[in-house]
Amino acid sequence: MKIAGWLLSVTGWLLVLLAVILLRTEASRGAFVLAGLAVQVLGLALVFRAQPAPRGGRP
Amino acid sequence: MIPIAPDFGATTLISILLIPFALAGMALLNTGLVRSRNAAHVMMSSLCVIGVAAVAYFVCGFAWQGVAGAPGYALRIGGKPWDWIADQPLFWRGIDWNGSPASVLVFVQTLSVTLAAMIPLGAAAERWRLGAVCASSAVLAGLVYPVFAHWAWGGGWLAALGLNYGLGHGFVDAGGSATIQAVGGLSALVMVWVLGARRGKYTAEGLPTAIPGHNAVFVLFGCLLLWIGWLGLNSAGALLFSGIDPRRVPLIAVNTTLGAGAAALATAVVTHIRFGKPDASLSANGWVAGLAAGSAGCAFVPPAAAILIGLVAGIVAPLAIENLELRLGIDDPGGAISVHAIGGLWGVIAVGIFGRFPPEESGQWIAQLIGVATLLGCILPAIYGANSVLNRVLPYRSAPEGERQGLDLHELGAGAYPEFMTHTDEFLQR
Repeated sequence: MKIAGWLLSVTGWLLVLLAVILLRTEASRGAFVLAGLAVQVLGLALVFRAQPAPRGGRP
Repeated sequence: MIPIAPDFGATTLISILLIPFALAGMALLNTGLVRSRNAAHVMMSSLCVIGVAAVAYFVCGFAWQGVAGAPGYALRIGGKPWDWIADQPLFWRGIDWNGSPASVLVFVQTLSVTLAAMIPLGAAAERWRLGAVCASSAVLAGLVYPVFAHWAWGGGWLAALGLNYGLGHGFVDAGGSATIQAVGGLSALVMVWVLGARRGKYTAEGLPTAIPGHNAVFVLFGCLLLWIGWLGLNSAGALLFSGIDPRRVPLIAVNTTLGAGAAALATAVVTHIRFGKPDASLSANGWVAGLAAGSAGCAFVPPAAAILIGLVAGIVAPLAIENLELRLGIDDPGGAISVHAIGGLWGVIAVGIFGRFPPEESGQWIAQLIGVATLLGCILPAIYGANSVLNRVLPYRSAPEGERQGLDLHELGAGAYPEFMTHTDEFLQR
């Protein structure tokens, strides 16, 4: 799950870069950049969930 | 491409010379937020980080970062150059030390990179070995920071988004909300992931327990030092990396102060509402979050917007600290992730919302979001990958005995306060 999260995060970034390169209007660029960020947030949520739960223990 | 201010007057030099106060403030803040048995270790780690980061930046960091207008490697994509790394000699060779623009930039960048490298100390304190601190700082200062700083400040592709793709002024980060704060804050997040929580922070049921810092006065005085340092950092950054007219320095200073003050007040109110009394340590976190958030747009927003940016940062910081700890198991004793990563990212976005640029330069908000996406989708995985590998070679976490005893005694052989009884029942056999 962690690897999938990182891959999604990188994919979101590439989506953002492609939006800048391929699209021309501000509205379409903005929409795709926001979509790329949403993919990244999803990926980071997976990375967070994949972290092991903290273990209890004496200080 | 963002122009570099061609002449360096007294304003620039005074601004630069204020920046070390930020380093001192950061060290004091992080020291105050840990338990007394780790106080000397955190301060010692701060000194080591400054040394290692400065040397790593000297050896190869500046070579990757470069300055705007200097040679670099660029890919051509869609007919546009994407300058991704500088092509400067190693070891600062070729720098003219007789007042050249490059020499001044090298000095500012050396201070900036050490500040970025000190940020993770707050999150990873009390269980991060000194040797690992040095190794991780070397990677951050020698590789990760310079690459992003080249993109944002060294004439790289982020800075050139305005010129090449008509996205406003290009990516704007005058004082370093992204380049220093977010890079340092995301590095702090990675350290917490790699190290895990401190022993005793969570109960067997997974509930967090409060481990208060040992000296609130250190924390609050550290905030005052940070403020002085930030006045220099924001002014120098805006003058050198954004080509701001020196006559705008008073606006930068006012915005820096208003943002920090508004953020601290907002945090005090939030904590008063939630806990019945304003919390000094969280309010200090709010103050720093206001400084971090205000950096990017310090020269481009009016004072009212600086207050608004600070207010949002001050409200978000304590809530983020609480939720990261409670819901996501993130043990961050210094609040570095919420303050520097989240605060810094908010500051970058805020430039796109509140920044005042010429009307013909539309699309600034997109340029800012591209910067955020780059931090989350490229820089964060790079930091995670590098530190995961390093952790296998040189284990980051101290031994359980060292954590129980305190890293002062375990790693340094002497406590910070040898004449005082500083420990309570943690040392009793149960």
